[in-house]
Formats: sequence, C-alpha cells, structure tokens
Amino acid sequence: MSTDSTAHGKTPTAHVSHHFRDANQEYESGKQGIWLFMVTEILMFGAILVGYSIFHAIYPEMFAEGAKSLDWKMGFINTLVLIFSSFTMAISISFVQKNQTKKAAIAMGTTILCGAIFMCIKYFEYTHKFHLGLYPGRYLDAAKVGAEHANLGMYFGFYYCMTGLHGLHVLIGMGLITWLLIRTIRGDFHSQYWIPVEGVGIFWHIVDLIWIFLFPLLYLVG
Amino acid sequence: MMWYNLAKAQSFMPTDGTEIAKQVDNLYGFLLITSFIACVLVIGGMIYFVHKYKRKSDNDKTAYISHNTTLEFLWSFIPLVIFLIVFAWGWYIYQDMRTMPKNAIEISVLGKQWAWEIEYKNGYKAVNEVVVPIGKDVKLLLAAQDVIHSFYVPSFRIKQDAVPGRYTALWFNANKLGEFHIFCTEYCGTSHSGMIGLLKVVTQEEFNSFMEKGQEEGQLPLVKRGEKLFALKACASCHSVDSPAVKVGPSLYKKFGSDEILEDGSKVAVDENYIRESILQPNAKIVKGYPRGIMPTFQGQINENELGALVEYVKSLSGK
Amino acid sequence: MGHSSAHGENYLNHEKGLWSWLTTVDHKRIGLMYMITVLFFFFVGGVMALLLRAELFAPNAVAGVGQVLKSGDIYNQVLTYHGAIMVFMVIIPGIPAILGNFFLPIHIGAKDVAFPKVNLASWYCFMFGASLAIGTFFASKIDTGWTFYTPYSIRTGTSTVMMVLGAFVMGMSSVLTGLNFIVTVHKLRAPGMTMHRMPLFVWALYSTAILQMLATPVLAITLLLLAAEKIFGVGIFDPKLGGDPVLFQHFFWFYSHPAVYIMILPAMGVVSELITTFSRKVIFGYTAIAYSSLGIAAVSFFVWGHHMFVSGQSSFAGILFSFITMLVGVPTAIKMFNWVATLYKGSIRFDAPMLYALGFMFLFAIGGVTGIMLAVLPIDVHFHDTYFVVAHFHYVMVGGTLMALMGGLYYWFPKMFGRMCSDAWARMSFVFIFIGFNVTFFPQFILGAMGMPRRYFDYIPAYETLNKVSTVGSWLIMAGFLISLYTLVRGLRSGEKAPMNPWGSKTLEWQTSSPPPHFNFDVEPIVTAGPYEYR
Repeated sequence: MSTDSTAHGKTPTAHVSHHFRDANQEYESGKQGIWLFMVTEILMFGAILVGYSIFHAIYPEMFAEGAKSLDWKMGFINTLVLIFSSFTMAISISFVQKNQTKKAAIAMGTTILCGAIFMCIKYFEYTHKFHLGLYPGRYLDAAKVGAEHANLGMYFGFYYCMTGLHGLHVLIGMGLITWLLIRTIRGDFHSQYWIPVEGVGIFWHIVDLIWIFLFPLLYLVG
Repeated sequence: MMWYNLAKAQSFMPTDGTEIAKQVDNLYGFLLITSFIACVLVIGGMIYFVHKYKRKSDNDKTAYISHNTTLEFLWSFIPLVIFLIVFAWGWYIYQDMRTMPKNAIEISVLGKQWAWEIEYKNGYKAVNEVVVPIGKDVKLLLAAQDVIHSFYVPSFRIKQDAVPGRYTALWFNANKLGEFHIFCTEYCGTSHSGMIGLLKVVTQEEFNSFMEKGQEEGQLPLVKRGEKLFALKACASCHSVDSPAVKVGPSLYKKFGSDEILEDGSKVAVDENYIRESILQPNAKIVKGYPRGIMPTFQGQINENELGALVEYVKSLSGK
Repeated sequence: MGHSSAHGENYLNHEKGLWSWLTTVDHKRIGLMYMITVLFFFFVGGVMALLLRAELFAPNAVAGVGQVLKSGDIYNQVLTYHGAIMVFMVIIPGIPAILGNFFLPIHIGAKDVAFPKVNLASWYCFMFGASLAIGTFFASKIDTGWTFYTPYSIRTGTSTVMMVLGAFVMGMSSVLTGLNFIVTVHKLRAPGMTMHRMPLFVWALYSTAILQMLATPVLAITLLLLAAEKIFGVGIFDPKLGGDPVLFQHFFWFYSHPAVYIMILPAMGVVSELITTFSRKVIFGYTAIAYSSLGIAAVSFFVWGHHMFVSGQSSFAGILFSFITMLVGVPTAIKMFNWVATLYKGSIRFDAPMLYALGFMFLFAIGGVTGIMLAVLPIDVHFHDTYFVVAHFHYVMVGGTLMALMGGLYYWFPKMFGRMCSDAWARMSFVFIFIGFNVTFFPQFILGAMGMPRRYFDYIPAYETLNKVSTVGSWLIMAGFLISLYTLVRGLRSGEKAPMNPWGSKTLEWQTSSPPPHFNFDVEPIVTAGPYEYR
C-alpha cells in the first residue's frame, strides 16, 4: 500500500469496515478474496477446455470444419480490443492511486467502450452464424449449412457455450466497471482506498486472459 | 483356518458360481476379519477408555499428552501396509476378471428399457434369459440401446455397465449348474427393478440341443416366428391377443380385416399396410380414445422378414 | 427468540424484526438463517426417506402392505428428491454454513468473516438455488437420481434443466462461503492466534473451504453443459450424437468425490472439539489431525474414478484409482486413532454432545472399513450400485456428518441461544437415533452382499426380511429426530439461562458471553496458547 499522497493538497482518509483492524488488513483480505474467486473462474473455464480438447481429439476433422466457418479476422480484432481494454483498466488503477480522478474516469470509460465494441462484434458474429443456420447442437441445419460432419452441431455447442459464458462475463465486467465509474466520479476512490477498482481490474484481466485462450482454440486451431 | 471359514460363512455372499467368485470371497473374507479386528480395536478401545476414565470429580486433572511420534508412525504405517496388501490382492483378481479369454463362446447382450435382449452367434435371440454351458469360457458383449444399464450376476461376482454408443465386455466360466439372477444395477428409469433376467448354466449336451433348437427356429413357419417375435419385443405387455380386453394399446384379437375409427373421426381398414405402418410409425394414425406417443417406433429395429412375420401373426389372430 | 441475556445486549436483540434478519451481515445471524432453512430441508428429505423405506417394507407382490407408492415412476422421483435435497441442501451446507458461519470467526477471535456482504449473498444464492430445485416439484417432477447420469437425464423429464440450474446456483453459494472462510482464516485471526493455535474445527473448515472452492467450479460447468445438452442437444454427453456419457461421470465425480469430503471433514472437526472438551484433555496429535485434513483434501481430487470401476473406463484407470483411494484411507484412519488416544487418561463426561461424538466414532469406524472394502477392485465390482454402497455412504454421511451436526448443535446451543437444553431429553434422542440408525442401515450391508441393487422399487422375496428390519429402523430414527426437535424447541422456549462456559471448554467462543455480543467480543482477545490447554 502506498504512503499518503498529497498531490491535491488534501489527505483522504481510508474507509475501514467494522470488522477489520486497519486499512491494510482490509486491502490484503480483499485482494486475496478476488484472487481466490479468479481461481474458481479459471477452473470453470478450464473444465470446459478439457471437454473441448477431448472431443477435439476424437473428431479433429469435424472441429476443423467448424473452425473454418468462423471469421478469424473478427476474433482477432476482438482480441486486440480486449487487450487494449485491459491496458486502460490497468492505468485507471494507477490514476486512482495517484488521486487523478478525472483521468481514471476517462480510462474506465474507455474500458467500458472497448467492452461494448467487443460485444457488438460478437453480436455481428452471432447473427451472421444464425443467418447461415449455424446453430448449436440439434438446431444446426446440416443440410442448409452443407455440413460434411453430421455432428457439427457439437462444435457450435462448444463455440456458443464457451463464447457465451465468456460474453456473459464481459457484460458483468462492464456492469462492474460502470459501478466503479460512478463511484470514482463521486470521489469514493483515492490514494487510500481503491480495493474495488483493483478487484474489478483483476476480474477484467482474467476475462481478457480467458479470451486469449478461447480465440486460438476456436478460431485458429483446425 | 476355522475362523477364516467361519468369517466366509457369515459373509452373506450368494452362492459362488465361478472360480473367480471363490477368489473374491476369499479376499472379502480376509477384509471382513481385518475390518472386524480394526473395529474391535478402535471401538473397543474407545469403550474401554470411556469407561475407565470416567470423570470422578469436577476438578480432575488429566494427563497432558500432546503426541507420540512412534505410536503415530505405527498407526499410519500399519494401515498403509494392510491397505497396500488388499490393493495388490485385489489387483491380482481384477486382472483375471478383466482379461478376456480367447476362444470363448461369445454372446451379445443388449440392454434396453427394460429388458435384456440376448443374441447367440447362430442368430438365435432370447429375452432376459442367458443359457450357457458349464465349464466353458463365456464372453458377453454388452451394448445398450437407450440409456446406461449394468449387467450384474451376484453369484458370479461380475458386473459391467452397458453404455450406449460403445461395447463393453465381461466373461465368466461357470462351475455350478443351476439358475442365477441377472440384475440391472445402473438406474434406468421406471422399471429399473423389473429388469431381472435368468442365467441358466446347463450341461454341454443340453446347451448343444438348445442351440440346435434355436437354429431350427429359423426354419419355423412365418406365423410361429411372428408369435415369437411378438413375445420377444414385449408387444404383449400393451396389446392383448386372445380377447378384446384393452391393456395400454388396442387389442389385436380379431382386429385384422375390421375397421378402426381414428381420433379425427375418419375410418381406416386394418390391412397389411396399416399394421406395417403402425409398427414403423406408431403415431401416424392414432385410434380414437388412445393417447399419442406411447408406443415406441420399431423403425430400424426389425428387418423386412421380421416385419412380415409379425404381420402374418396379427393376421392369424383373426383366424384367417 | 428475541430474549435478552444476562449481559443485556447480544447479537439476537441487537436489532429487531424480520427485516433486520433478512438484511443482516452478522455471521452469527446468517448461521442461524442457514440453520432454519437447512433443518426445514432436512425435514422434507427425511419424509422422502420414510416414504422410500415404507415402500420397501415388502415386495410389491405382497397384498396389502406391498405397495405404498403408486408406481415405479413415483418411487424414482421420491428417491431423486431425497438424494438431491439431502446432498445439496442438507449435508453439504450443514456444518460449514450453520456451525462454521457461527463459530469460525469467533474461534479465531475475529469480529466477522472477511466479506460479510458476500456471506449474506451466499445465503440468498442458497435460497434461490434451493427454490429452483424444489420448484421442479411443482413443474414436472424429476427422476434422474441426484447424480443426473447421462443419457438418462437427457431423455427424461423437462424440468431437469431447472433442477440442474438450482444445483448450479447452490454451488455458487458453496464457493462464496468457502472463499470467505479461507480469507477469514488467512487474514482475520486475532493477535497471537497463529495457524497452529487454531481449533481443529477451524482447520477442518479451512480444508473444506479449499475443496469447495476448487471442486465446485467443475460441477458448475458440468451442470451448465448438461443444461445445454438438454436444451440444444449439443451432443457432448449424448452417445446418439457422438458424445460420451462416461465423460459426464468423470466430470461429475471430479466434483462429487471431493464433495463427500466437503461433507465429512467439518464433521471430523466438530468431533475433535467435542472429544477434547468432554475429556478435558489436550487433543492427541494436533498437527497430525490438522494436516491430515489438508492431506485428505489434496488426495481427494485424484480418487474420483473409484465411482466408475464398472462404467467402462480402462482397467489401468481402475487400478490407479483404487491405489490412490487406499492412500486417502490412511489420513482418515489417523484421525480415528488420534481421537481414541485423546480419551486415554482423560476425565470423561457423558453429556449428550459427547454421546453423539462417541456415536460418530462408532459409526464412522464401520463406514470407514467398508469404504476400504469398496476401494478394492474385485470387491467393488460385486458391491457397486448395491445396497452395500447405500449402507456405506449412509454410515459415513448420516452416521458421520449428521451425528456430528447434532452433537455440535447440542454442544453450541447454549452459546448460540443463551439457554440450556435438557440433557436427559437430548441423550434420549441420541439413543433412538443411534439404535435406529444401526437397525436401518446395518441390514443394508447384508442386503448388498446378497446382491440387492440400489434404486430398486421392488425386490425378489429373498430380500424381504432384512428390508422389513431396515424399515422398522427408519421409524426409530424418525422418533429420535422428533425427540431432538422437541428438545431444541423446549430449550429455546424455557431452557434455563446458560452460563458463559457450561462445558468448561478452552476455545475462544466460551470466553465471551452467551449469547455473544454483536461484535463477538467486548474486547479483542489476545491469544497466548493453543486451543486445548487443559493442564
């Protein structure tokens, strides 16, 4: 934890909940809590990746056919967008720590915007696939799609489950950052208190990291 | 070794019908005895201490014993050794259980809701009844049609899941004549507990004549084959054949050649094609007053010959 | 419940009214809310159990008494709800969420858990998930068994998705509770409270929390995939579409085997507390017990395949899983020996909580040795999915976890409510439950050895006598729990005022008033010695 900052000529005081001894204890607890929660997130996505690898090994050609029908360019743009948003999220934390509230707010706003761009691109990808009849599982119209493998629906089952679950996390992340933004503008966070910003930041990085795994596995590995 | 035999006698295992079952029982007997000794030590020790060190007064002083490394090492090490012994012993028997013998008599077993369909190499089919010769290696090739079932013969101490979409197998070499229960041990729905079959161990001669009889069945008249198939596919559990009484579906007694009124009020003549359609696409035409979607389709499950036999049998019920 | 204690203000009367309870972030109040809901679900699951036993009183062919439930379908539904309710809503949350929530922070001298609001959210998750699960009862009843094995669960019923989502949400509640406990133990210990001065109950909860956190996410994704399978037919678990139903079992048991340790480890913790207190003696082998909890937690992640010895996995996998399962037996055995050694040269009192602890040891010894039998490959081939397994896990889950929960409730009742229960009535409840339990479940070992498969609506006549005995036993258990209910309610309404430390225990919760004040301690305690310094 950094020492007092007097950049703006005032010393904001830390807010400490009743059951903590001091701000440091609260900060350490909060940080450990959010990291532990991230472990559960990684395990959850890890398990679906295990399922993906198993079936990829059983039906390599079917998965290749599925991967071919995805547009890697869109996925790539999305990857860049998310990496950039991770950057803006990270600098927003350091702005908060330096009591530069306005810059922090702008960085957070950019992060939300990036999330929105990501979701828009995802939306176009999804609607395009629906248009082609590339639905998950039994709803995939093998005749219309001209699928070479009868169970191509399984690939899209994985595709929609993995990206859908990830997209849900992006939406939750955007909601959380919006909440941060409001509180930042209100002046709740400063050089003495920024746990929520850091917590959400870690969450956002993990969501980003998961995408970095999903993108090559779904779009590139064929 | 009297105590050992005593333990086995008290183990309540069903009669053993194979050599492997005997080996399993030996291991189980050993486990029962060691477990019993362990329980006597732990529970007996507990009861003894509890009795001996009962609180005498409110200011009793107790010994301050925080640990004892030797003792703790011993009671970690000794169980570990015992566990490893039974593991190795178990491994040894399990290898025998899972190594399929060569040149075994192969029998296919198909688990479906809620019956076992048995098919011998010569094409003879039966339901819920496996007949095997004594003293011969028999290999059962298991498959499942709908959900997971599990083929279990308690007297042989064998069990194997039948999983849809793949084959599994088990083998045995029966050394006792008689009839043994077959249970389904993987929960499979409504009549899970009714999926009971019989495993008959017979002499080689009996088995040979049984197989011949099965062979002959191929040459039976069409009607007879239809009758057999009707029983085999369990049609009789929903359709009565000897009276107009309604079970689940319409009675087939004297049905052929009559007219049926359908749910939309239209009439249809019961002829060969109608029967064929009703077997392959049961929901195409529903007779008035009967629910839709009860009868399963038999599309892809019976061949053209069998279909012909069934139609012939239904015809025969009208005395034509 | 809002009576005042000798000290005036306490956590019960700190605030008043239903709303103050529903919005509380006090870990003690949240513990009590869990208690009420879990006991309610226990009642529902118990009624289901009695129905099952009543049905099995005689084979269906016996006129008059043969058939209690109208059809196999209804029986299957009842057994599914019995299993799902007891596992997800009673045994898993039981000790951690009730006793753990209440006593973990007090045990380490903290004012609350690390994240009180998350703790409350966890209760709401639990309630929401439980409502979804119970809600299926009013939609279309599910009959998959609590294991949701595919492809049966894909083919049957429509509300399986709702049930599965319910279990998912309850899993989230479990994750949040576990996370909260871990951070609390790491960061919120009072001055002087080193890890090695924590009571063993805390160590047990700590190991449990690790399991809850690491195993539950896998169940979560498995259940989501099952729901996707059901809605979209993606074919991951459906052999008809090229999927693998055995993979579902792998995923499912990867969670559900650690889950059985989520159920039993806290119980072991409670028993460690009870044995030391009522023997007034330092626990034998503190370190061994503490670290064996962690050891069990670690190894339990690698034994899931022993549920699948006959499922069609390879022989090699079977051998490997059997071997590792043997290893997990060792730390469990260590604990048993340590408890017995703790009794040696103690000063033992037989209050009801101690009786429950001794009952636990008795039943858990039997559950333990039969567990070893089931881990031996060829023996398991015979016993798998028979009543032997049913008897084994009831000995561990009911004889173990539930006995410890009851013992813990009687032990901490004075602290929680500031009143004493009648010890005579409590002991009577023990006698009924203990005898009834053995009468119910011991015959099931024999039934299993004879070959009676589980989840059977009907059985062959050879199994009739033992089933009758078992059913009669279930009535004794019912009587025992009704007596317990009466005892607890009577204690609550008219029990005499509890002193600060009625049992003469050394752990921290007994150094504060009964019931504890809003922030647990009037002054933050400073710890200078271990939890069991009876000198």
